[in-house]
Amino acid sequence: MQRRGLLRGGLSLGALTMLTGCDVSDSTSVGKALNWVSRWNDRVQAALFDPNKLAPTYPASMILKPPKFNAYFDITQLKPVDAQTWKLELAGLIADKRPWTAAQIAALPVRTMVIRHICVEGWDYIGGWSGPTLRSFLERVGADLSAKYVAFKTADDYPSSIDMATALHPQTLLATQYAGEALADPFGFPLRLRMATKLGYKNPKWITAIEVTNRYPGGYWESLGENWFGGL
Amino acid sequence: MNSVIGENLTVDSEPARKAPRLHPLGVRFMHWTNAVAMIIMITSGWGIYDDYVIFHGTHFPPALRLGSWAAPSLLWHFAAMWLLALNGLAYLVYGTVTGRFKQRLLPIRWHELMQTLGDSLHFRFTHEDLTVYNAVQKLLYVVVILAGIWQVLTGLAIWKPVQFSAEVALLGGFQAVRLEHFIGMSIIVGFLIVHVALSLLVPSTLWAMIGGGPRLRRTAVRT
Repeated sequence: MQRRGLLRGGLSLGALTMLTGCDVSDSTSVGKALNWVSRWNDRVQAALFDPNKLAPTYPASMILKPPKFNAYFDITQLKPVDAQTWKLELAGLIADKRPWTAAQIAALPVRTMVIRHICVEGWDYIGGWSGPTLRSFLERVGADLSAKYVAFKTADDYPSSIDMATALHPQTLLATQYAGEALADPFGFPLRLRMATKLGYKNPKWITAIEVTNRYPGGYWESLGENWFGGL
Repeated sequence: MNSVIGENLTVDSEPARKAPRLHPLGVRFMHWTNAVAMIIMITSGWGIYDDYVIFHGTHFPPALRLGSWAAPSLLWHFAAMWLLALNGLAYLVYGTVTGRFKQRLLPIRWHELMQTLGDSLHFRFTHEDLTVYNAVQKLLYVVVILAGIWQVLTGLAIWKPVQFSAEVALLGGFQAVRLEHFIGMSIIVGFLIVHVALSLLVPSTLWAMIGGGPRLRRTAVRT
């Protein structure tokens, strides 16, 4: 899993210079066509997404402890977030944009889900996540729930964004705990997104800002060619 | 072998009642579309496989992969899937509606199968009449058509394991479906090797899939 971080970090640096004939660059006609189909697949996935369909859940005994570390960087490069100074900023189509502290978020009603994490690479594990639902949070701050996107900024410079339908899904949490304990630093402390209906790379960790918007926000891997919707 | 085609071309000289060719234009178009789609799906699939292998220590060499790393391989895979599925669906509808499947691929008789297998093992390839498939051919074509359908179904399950969670459970879970998708690919690649090798051993079959092949005699059409 760390291999992926190293591999992808390296490749992301080299990606712009290592493009060959069969590669996906916006500048080639093949690359343009493939990206066009990927956008089309976003729409197909949005149509396939059933907002009432729940992902399978599992008994707490199946939870993997600790979860797998996975990021675009190696765990040795991890920069923990200081909870004392950390704030969650809000932006965009949100009525009450006052920032939130970790203590305020901890006071919100908590939901727990034990779900399968599936990585775009092909590996998976069962994880147990707790925290307020993103839906309840968005409702609480008066977000425009008819907007198209919810975008995230993170302490590890890993911008990400999701569709509003998934943001409102009952298995979409702003996770603060794993397996009943506070999130550890490598897994996104103090706040990370955890969705049962999307691939692993769609779940940003160490969130510092949430924006509700109608402008396509993209994301870290998406800008390197991964599909945006990334639905399961 | 080429003379066989030429001969049959000239046999039917009545323009108004021209019998259909062994491979009508539609079949040829779908065959080569499928060939392109399959090769893209297989080679991009190898790129995706290499990102997290099922069998420890196995990798497909980069030279055989479509896409320099997983993301472009995925883009190729999820683009060519439309070509494969839509073309495959058209082929299944065509084969069923026109009766081509029933006519060419069925029945498969056990004793014929054994006999043809025996002949093949001794490198005796008797394929003078291209319009009649032997039992081994029939079996291979049926298996590869089923494998193609299998790949679409297991592929959908891997792509959308939450939306199709019941299907994933039926197939034994997420990692099981990955393995099943891999096995489906292996069957198709195995077919491809035999299929291409045989078409090169009996080149008239290859020309038939390009030019259409001999015109069918009325009796051949009816059986």
